[in-house]
Amino acid sequence: MSPIILTTGDLALASLLIILGAGLSVATSLNIHRTLLWMALRMVVQLLLVGLVLRTVFALSSPWITLLVLLLMVVAAAREVGSRQQRRLRGPWQWMIGLTTVSVPTLTITVLALTTALRPSPWYDARHAIPLAGIILGNAMSSASLTLHTAFNAAWLQRGAIEARIALGDDRRTALGPILRQAVRSGMLPTLNVMGAAGIITLPGIMTGQILAGMDPIDAARYQILLMFLLAGGCLLAAFLAAWLAVWRLTDERHRLRLDRLDARGSDH
Amino acid sequence: MANMAGPAAAPGPAAALQHDGRPSGDDALHVENLRGHDRGPYSLVIPAGKCTILSGPSGSGKSLLLRMIADLDPNTGDVRLGATSRNAISGPAWRRQVIYVAADAGWWADDVSAHFDDFEHSRPELDRLAHQLGLRPDILSAQVSQLSTGERQRLTLMRALARHPRFLLLDEPTSALDQDTTLAVEAVLHRVMAGGIGLLMVSHNPAQAARLRDAQYVMSPSGLKTLEMHSA
Repeated sequence: MSPIILTTGDLALASLLIILGAGLSVATSLNIHRTLLWMALRMVVQLLLVGLVLRTVFALSSPWITLLVLLLMVVAAAREVGSRQQRRLRGPWQWMIGLTTVSVPTLTITVLALTTALRPSPWYDARHAIPLAGIILGNAMSSASLTLHTAFNAAWLQRGAIEARIALGDDRRTALGPILRQAVRSGMLPTLNVMGAAGIITLPGIMTGQILAGMDPIDAARYQILLMFLLAGGCLLAAFLAAWLAVWRLTDERHRLRLDRLDARGSDH
Repeated sequence: MANMAGPAAAPGPAAALQHDGRPSGDDALHVENLRGHDRGPYSLVIPAGKCTILSGPSGSGKSLLLRMIADLDPNTGDVRLGATSRNAISGPAWRRQVIYVAADAGWWADDVSAHFDDFEHSRPELDRLAHQLGLRPDILSAQVSQLSTGERQRLTLMRALARHPRFLLLDEPTSALDQDTTLAVEAVLHRVMAGGIGLLMVSHNPAQAARLRDAQYVMSPSGLKTLEMHSA
């Protein structure tokens, strides 16, 4: 069974949904039509470009090109971790923590999966490495982003409680322990929800795609299970790293709370 | 009964220093050239077992000075406890001996008792202290959200005392209290001093300053000045 190839006409038809949504937004003064259209356009251009690039990279099948593509993806994700945060670290720290929290889990989990469970030949084959790294990267990015968001906001809002403990002689691990736990938990929450809901409330994207593309449902489920484990591992690693680095950077060697290292960016949510 | 709140009542770092109530050697808190928040330098000596009052207009940096002495904010200069510089020990170890008590300090758990968790062994001592501070007997089993401002303020002092520091940096410790309760807190502070603990206390109340002070400094934008007193 081969996948059904979509034509441009099919896509144009489906895009009517977006046009309809934009029309509704204008009619009810929801004021999201501009963003909706712009994001939809971005999505189309980005995905087509990626398809083109991947076709070229697969054809070249050079480990160096593959690595370069992965690095570019990691750098873009590191930037995303920092953006849309209500509070962020001053200077290069936000970016450096973003880079660490997305690159370490992605590279670790991808290499682990490619050398153990999946074992394509060669193991760094671009057709496997790039999509796999991409999906782990995306999840690690949201996880790190949520974790940092929670850590910075919680530290800011609970500064009175944290400072009370520090003033009484508690060290930073004790004083910021609750924040660290809250941050890791919120970073892991989407992954836990997705795992719990998988198959009952939602049919995960990968499995849906593979079934639509003609794969046997049980084989597709196995694939999805493996990916869920990899994603959960990646998210946990990203959340833990992000929380730990946030707490480390929000305090100094004298165990003082250093909220002066945070920049608030108004109240955009 | 005199040392109830003081270090003599339980083994603490200050216990070794005291012989028949008199300090042995140099056990004062020495503040030297302290700068931070674009203020200073400040230098002063805070003797053990005595009360040093710090007064001055709002915004002159009294709380900031207290925070710098407790090493809660980045600052330069040195603070010594006797001959021991704070730089020789970790931040937490320093702050266990020199505790800053904020005017409206935070709470990190729902139950009052959780803030005294490590000190379950000294429960009778805490109950006595609560009584002396004019707090209701069941206060330790209350919820923080149900406390009045005045109760919170006294419990803030109590949880600092429960840790047996050598110095207390008190930031307007009676600002939320009525006259009778203020006097009760002052009585506890007198006992604390008799136990050898030194106080540096911010107060806006001249009558209170006169009741408690052994020395007084006035802070202004230009710096710290000793207040000359006619009678000690």
